[in-house]
Amino acid sequence: MAEEIKKGLVLLDFWVSPFGQRCRIALAEKGLPYEYSEQELLGTKSELLLRSNPIHKKIPVLIHDGRPVNESLVILNYLEEAFPDAPPLLPADPYARAQARFWAAYSDKVYEVGSRLWKTKGEAQSQARAEMLQVLGNLDGELGEKPFFAGEKFGFVDLALVPFMPWLTPSFERYGGFSVAEVAPRLAAWADRCMERESVAKTLYPGEKVDEFITLLKKKYGIE
Amino acid sequence: MGETVKVIGAFDSPFSHRAEVALRLKGVPYELLLEDLGNKSDLLLKHNPIHKKVPVLLHGDRTIPESLVIVEYVDEAFQGPPLLPADPFDRATARFWARFLDDKCSTPFWLSLWTEGEVQQGFMKEIKGNLKLLEGQLKGKRFFGGDTIGLVDIAASGFAHWLPLFEEVAGVTLATPEEFPDLCRWGKDYTSHDTVKQCLPDRATLLARFTAKKDMFVSTVKSMAPKS
Repeated sequence: MAEEIKKGLVLLDFWVSPFGQRCRIALAEKGLPYEYSEQELLGTKSELLLRSNPIHKKIPVLIHDGRPVNESLVILNYLEEAFPDAPPLLPADPYARAQARFWAAYSDKVYEVGSRLWKTKGEAQSQARAEMLQVLGNLDGELGEKPFFAGEKFGFVDLALVPFMPWLTPSFERYGGFSVAEVAPRLAAWADRCMERESVAKTLYPGEKVDEFITLLKKKYGIE
Repeated sequence: MGETVKVIGAFDSPFSHRAEVALRLKGVPYELLLEDLGNKSDLLLKHNPIHKKVPVLLHGDRTIPESLVIVEYVDEAFQGPPLLPADPFDRATARFWARFLDDKCSTPFWLSLWTEGEVQQGFMKEIKGNLKLLEGQLKGKRFFGGDTIGLVDIAASGFAHWLPLFEEVAGVTLATPEEFPDLCRWGKDYTSHDTVKQCLPDRATLLARFTAKKDMFVSTVKSMAPKS
């Protein structure tokens, strides 16, 4: 039976997912209308999700005119290229684009290392802490005195990284015993600056809500 | 004509090969600076302070690390045959599979070579499953990129040239022509391609070097393998 192809954009997502939030912020910045579809991740995954992302079975998935695009950074690049008339988030110059792609991918480390902070104890946790301080230092250094990573304008790297900030504060900070304001002061100021943008403020949840979610996950996975 | 292009690379490294093959396919002349990864140079550490890894592309005064970022940069910065498809959806698909290779294939591949017993069986099953998924992307085409080599071929090049070598050194069989007919055929087409051949490290030399390092690989893997 032929299935009718749904026109337009559908985002399969999960409310607190920072990877999904990257896509939501990008869609808002580009002024692109889309249907948001909240997915059940802690229970049974939907047919649509399993069909759209059979390899990883993860969100976010962007479905455009019935065709799925997977992986948040792949989705961000796709939005740039499929909607060339919408405001760009990547610079035009190839070198600036390469730098943006490098740092956007690097920002994944905040979540990857941060997750180890609440999932582990002892030596594994200390190692994660040391790595996190290095990652934050590197990001702070790359930002430097600029208002945003690419300079004057909010762009690709900013939106790739900013969804991790409510995970850092208070959760990762508490589990790791550090303060972003102390180890990466420019990054902390940048995070506040990003929150002044409507797309960011309307998409991100407060750190306390994220903290509640992490506590829920810990219970679910039986992590002390 | 144009600015100087250099690649900081390493003889053994399939990631280094990715940078070289991208430049050659675009017809961009470059100088290769070979690193001894056991004794990294100040040049490498200066140009890739974050990861301290090869390859790094130096183009004039620009520095670009990370092999897949380099390939996309080369595609955008230089004229020549495109390395990515034109259509945005096809580009997204190519980027997805390139990431899949790095995120889902590199580690289980490496661990399947140097572990033993049940642990090894687990990694072998994982890498074979992922290679099957990758093979499915060929769909009767000569290359992942179609008639010409593209991003996914370049990203998968480790499985064309290095896989059989490591199988030999480790005494492990992962991808036979019977089980992976399309992938093995692709591997031969890739490694015999005129442009690719120019920057593939010599097989005999690689074999000797990896054989000499086998014990070291086994011991480093002991620290890599996730605890069950």
